[in-house]
Amino acid sequence: MITESTSLLPPLLPAGMLAAAIVAAAIGSRWPGAARWLAVAATLAGTIACAIGLSQVIGGQTLVAALGGWAQPLGIAQRFDALSGFIATLVCFIGLLVVLYPPGIGFQTPPDRRLPVHALVLLLLAGLLGVAMAADLFNLFVFLEIYSIAAYSLIALGGPLGAVAAFRYLVIGTIGSGLYLLGVGFVYFTTGTLSMADASDKLGTVGPTATVTTAVVLMVVGLATKMALFPLHVWLPDAHSHAPPAAAALLASVQVKVAAYAIVRIVFDVVPDDVLAAFPLLAIITWAGVGGVLFGSVMAIRQTDFKRMLAFSTVAQLGYIGIGIGLDTPLALVGALLLVLNHAFMKGTMFFVAGNVYEATGRKTIAAFAGLGRRMPWTMTGFTIAAASMIGLPPTAGFFSKFYLVLGAAEAGDTGTPWSWVVAIVVAASSILTLTYFVPVLEAIWFKPDPDGEDAPTREVRSLAVLPVAVLAVGLLVIGLLNVSIVNDLLNPIAVSISGTRG
Amino acid sequence: MSSVIDAISGRYAWLIVVALLGIGLWAALTERHLIKKLVGLSIFQTAIFLFYIEGSVRTGGEVPVIDPALGSDPEAYVNPLPHVLMLTGLVVAVAVLGVALALAVVIQRSFGTLDDEELSAEADQP
Repeated sequence: MITESTSLLPPLLPAGMLAAAIVAAAIGSRWPGAARWLAVAATLAGTIACAIGLSQVIGGQTLVAALGGWAQPLGIAQRFDALSGFIATLVCFIGLLVVLYPPGIGFQTPPDRRLPVHALVLLLLAGLLGVAMAADLFNLFVFLEIYSIAAYSLIALGGPLGAVAAFRYLVIGTIGSGLYLLGVGFVYFTTGTLSMADASDKLGTVGPTATVTTAVVLMVVGLATKMALFPLHVWLPDAHSHAPPAAAALLASVQVKVAAYAIVRIVFDVVPDDVLAAFPLLAIITWAGVGGVLFGSVMAIRQTDFKRMLAFSTVAQLGYIGIGIGLDTPLALVGALLLVLNHAFMKGTMFFVAGNVYEATGRKTIAAFAGLGRRMPWTMTGFTIAAASMIGLPPTAGFFSKFYLVLGAAEAGDTGTPWSWVVAIVVAASSILTLTYFVPVLEAIWFKPDPDGEDAPTREVRSLAVLPVAVLAVGLLVIGLLNVSIVNDLLNPIAVSISGTRG
Repeated sequence: MSSVIDAISGRYAWLIVVALLGIGLWAALTERHLIKKLVGLSIFQTAIFLFYIEGSVRTGGEVPVIDPALGSDPEAYVNPLPHVLMLTGLVVAVAVLGVALALAVVIQRSFGTLDDEELSAEADQP
């Protein structure tokens, strides 16, 4: 039984982050250090608030705030339920690690200290939290653009090539949000409402007309562009490989996941069942996911630059999330949600590792990682745990998300989804592809001689730069060991509520 | 024949929207010059704004400020909500365009060109 209670938490979280961003921008040019600690305080407070909110809504409750006292469907509402709480907590936590990470690491020439880096990170987090809690289709668009603008600017901090990547991302990203807005327009002119819950009811009575199907396809294609679901991923490899490492960690860990979350919201909360039954939208998402897993993995194998390999690996991992959404069974959704969590930790670790290595040695290519295991033992141990998780070795977290995806594919096969055994095989066999691109890195790190000579000094970076790597790597082991309780107490209720509200 | 003309004349605003969407999308994706891409992007966004505004039109509708002579019948007024939405949409579009132009300035200063293919060639160099 879902109960609603009024709370100011859902609007205050994004608004607080936005206020912190404005203050950080105002003081950042004169006191960069103060802006940094303000960002740490804001993200820490956000993480705690989200975690407390999540503990309250875990039993199926929803916290709702009607802005300006106008209840839905007339007014705009922000909503915080278990799914938004899960995403929001993850966003704030990764945001905290990113702002703790020393600014200026991983740059050829560090950007001017007066640039409002922390304000941009806070703006990005405000947009992501807003998307996670939006209960209104148009508000979701506005928050989508807020975080996108911050993301374009953060990517451009990575130097001239970063600016080119950011520009291309901007063109494609704006087309994506434009398509979403167009879809929202179709929904509005069909139903006369922008509230997600109200639109869902009214679309249910309209049924699967051509207009409704067009609206849904436009919205999902737009959001899939933001999520970088294959074959709409074209902007991602450049953007993530040229962004500064800390920004790339934030973008790969949570930004694309929030777009995936928006797809889950639209497809399962707004689109009525008969529309989904009339148009093979979920099957298309599944097979796009399969394509992403294969394409991303194969491209990752062919890369020589470490960050670019990570970026293509993100395309593959987003493919798994697409598969989990598209299969639409509770177990597959558990797999997708667990992967959202795991991948945030895995890719976060790896981009921080890339930053540490560049800071300590100036090396960027995979081959140049030779001998670093001895020189940077802490960073490289963290990387090794993350790589094991990415390949899917138990007991790291990555094993369990793939496990649930395979189970989900089997479950989908039982309920009559055609060809789902192919999906299961691709998910299982793609571990071999993942192994193929991580083994050369691990081999270089631990077994190849260092080009600077065997007696090159140990050069671990500052402990504040190792801290996020350590926290995330330990987190991967903890998630792996605690996965039964995470799945049973948190993810399974969410997955059941998502697909249980339907047919 | 007259039915075709009727169909077109009843929907010419939608056809213009679709044409503008297509022109904008084509230019944004295929033009080589970055500024021309932005022009295409702006055409694409404007088409979306027109789509909303066209949807709000009611034949014979008045300005949506309650007029005692017309009463509170919603059918007597133009729908104000899409206009307000598009005001927000315009702000978003201007902000995105501002960021894009700033990026274009950085790119021009760093590479001395705004040609997409020349920039790709630059990026391929180690």
